[in-house]
Amino acid sequence: MSLIMAKNLSKTYYSGEIEVHALKSLSFEIKPGSFMSFIGPSGSGKTTLLNIIGCLDKPTSGSLKVANVLTSDLTRREAAAFRGENLGFIFQDFNLIPVLTVFENVEYPLLIVQNVPARERRERVISLLDKVGMKDQMNKFPDQISGGQKQRVAVARALVSNPKLVLADEPTANLDSKTAFMVIDIMKKMRDEFGVTFLFSTHDPKIVGEVETLFTLEDGMLSSRLDGKGGNND
Amino acid sequence: MIKLFKIAIRNLIRYKRRTLMTSTLIAIGVLFVLVFIAASGSFKNLMIGQITDSMLGHLQVHKRGYMASIDSLPLTLNLNAKAIKKLEIAIKKIPEIEAYSPRIKFGGMFSNFVESSNIRMNGVYPEKEIACIPLFLSRINKGEKAIKKGEILIPELLATGLKVKVGDAVVVIATNRDGSVNGKQFKVGGIIESVTGPGGRDGYVHIEDAMEILRIDELEISEVAVRVKDFSKLDSVSNSLNRVLSQNLNKQGKPVFDVRTWEKLSPFYNIARMIDIMTIFIKIMLIAIVLISIMNVMIMAVYERIREIGTIAAIGTMPEKILSLFLIEGLSLGVTGVIVGNLLALIAVFLMNIIEITFNFGRQTGFILAPELKAGNILFVSAVVIIVSVLAALQPAFKASRMEPVEALRHV
Repeated sequence: MSLIMAKNLSKTYYSGEIEVHALKSLSFEIKPGSFMSFIGPSGSGKTTLLNIIGCLDKPTSGSLKVANVLTSDLTRREAAAFRGENLGFIFQDFNLIPVLTVFENVEYPLLIVQNVPARERRERVISLLDKVGMKDQMNKFPDQISGGQKQRVAVARALVSNPKLVLADEPTANLDSKTAFMVIDIMKKMRDEFGVTFLFSTHDPKIVGEVETLFTLEDGMLSSRLDGKGGNND
Repeated sequence: MIKLFKIAIRNLIRYKRRTLMTSTLIAIGVLFVLVFIAASGSFKNLMIGQITDSMLGHLQVHKRGYMASIDSLPLTLNLNAKAIKKLEIAIKKIPEIEAYSPRIKFGGMFSNFVESSNIRMNGVYPEKEIACIPLFLSRINKGEKAIKKGEILIPELLATGLKVKVGDAVVVIATNRDGSVNGKQFKVGGIIESVTGPGGRDGYVHIEDAMEILRIDELEISEVAVRVKDFSKLDSVSNSLNRVLSQNLNKQGKPVFDVRTWEKLSPFYNIARMIDIMTIFIKIMLIAIVLISIMNVMIMAVYERIREIGTIAAIGTMPEKILSLFLIEGLSLGVTGVIVGNLLALIAVFLMNIIEITFNFGRQTGFILAPELKAGNILFVSAVVIIVSVLAALQPAFKASRMEPVEALRHV
């Protein structure tokens, strides 16, 4: 059974009076537990597709099912609730909340979004921070830690609510090679441990080399699918 | 909710200077409004007290139609003995009334045997007048502080103009209701000053002397001044008295009695109203200060945190929680300003009472301003500021909660 099922997904928007077809009738399926990426040049529609899968944006036409929910039909509130329950996000610029400590940033989805009891919250947050190697930094604020550490915190925040899918838009773009590999390694371990599907949008070769499946986007269309690490070309 | 407060307060602390400036502005606004309310309230109460306790009484009862002709002090519109009895019965039925003083008022000529001038005479029962108008005797600035039979208290203006001194013999001549003229010689018992300064032409004699001049055998009176025990209950006492007296109708089926509180008897009421209107304007200015400053800060806060809003929305924060977050920031700014402003106002009022600011009113000098901050005023101003703070944050907060996460995340 697929975690994500897209049928004839299209997205058109207007830049002034110019009609831009960001996505053109995409159809694909992604299985649970995948570690995969959309790649392609700038403007190919990677971020638009990730936004639609993440219920941050809506397709102009076509249908999208994520975790068996027809997300293309969700209202604004339903989409927010769905994101809180099923999705985790990792951003290129980390996007940690500056007034919250490392612990509080990871705790945020459990506290504000899911209303998890305090004791369970603490256990889950500390456990995840331990797994990403940030437990000893948990009382620091984001401006007191490095970029790599911020992204590790962001990974913990994305995973703390036990999502089915983690979406990461260019997660290594602001990291040096060593840190990037470390973050990718952590994400992979998390996938192995929790069975969470990781979906990237990137053109970073470091990620490209590590993912198991690659979708290539060109001009809003899927041009190829490559099952890496021994996978086959479609 | 506690966590939302924590986040909101940390966000305010994040922009220390801006938060400090806004809270200070609100605190200063609250300080000025409360001090103004305390000082103007003290001034107003002092003035009302002077006017009611020196001259008018808290309310007055006349025969209907008398007030319309009061300039001519018509004897034909006096209350007769029967009406006076009914009025006294009605007054005694109301326990909130402390004292009352019947008065005969009439116009006459005042002469020192060389020159003469017109005078407005008031015949009163001394004990009743003093009980009803406790500051009356303090208006006598020369002579014995009393109203005695055969003596007259004359206004300062006439005493100066006609060069009359305490102890001099004078004559008061008046026309009675039948049109005949009568006169009576008095000894000047004292010189009385007007409450509001020079210009008063009211003289005072014992009511029995007034009856003698007017050749009245059976008591009739022009007005009854009434003093209530608790000034704050004046309106309810006035209504009660009106209700009891309204059962007395004349031949035309209209009420015999006309009950008026001090507001309808003194032009000072307009000054008191002006003070109230100024207070309202000051409050409106405070509201404007709070509204503009908080709205400005919150608009800036939302603008500066668009990506942050996008992030929390993306991770599933519901719009109403984003709205609450910004409303709490506005609320916290307002509450901080209110607490600091209230404390400063209490200190300022305390200091004003220690310093004892004095001022003059008419001929009265050395009034000490005694500003008082009532809990009601503090609560009202605080509630207004806090409500306005939340309202001011509402538009930016609503904007934040309605932001599309995808647009917000794209914001640079």
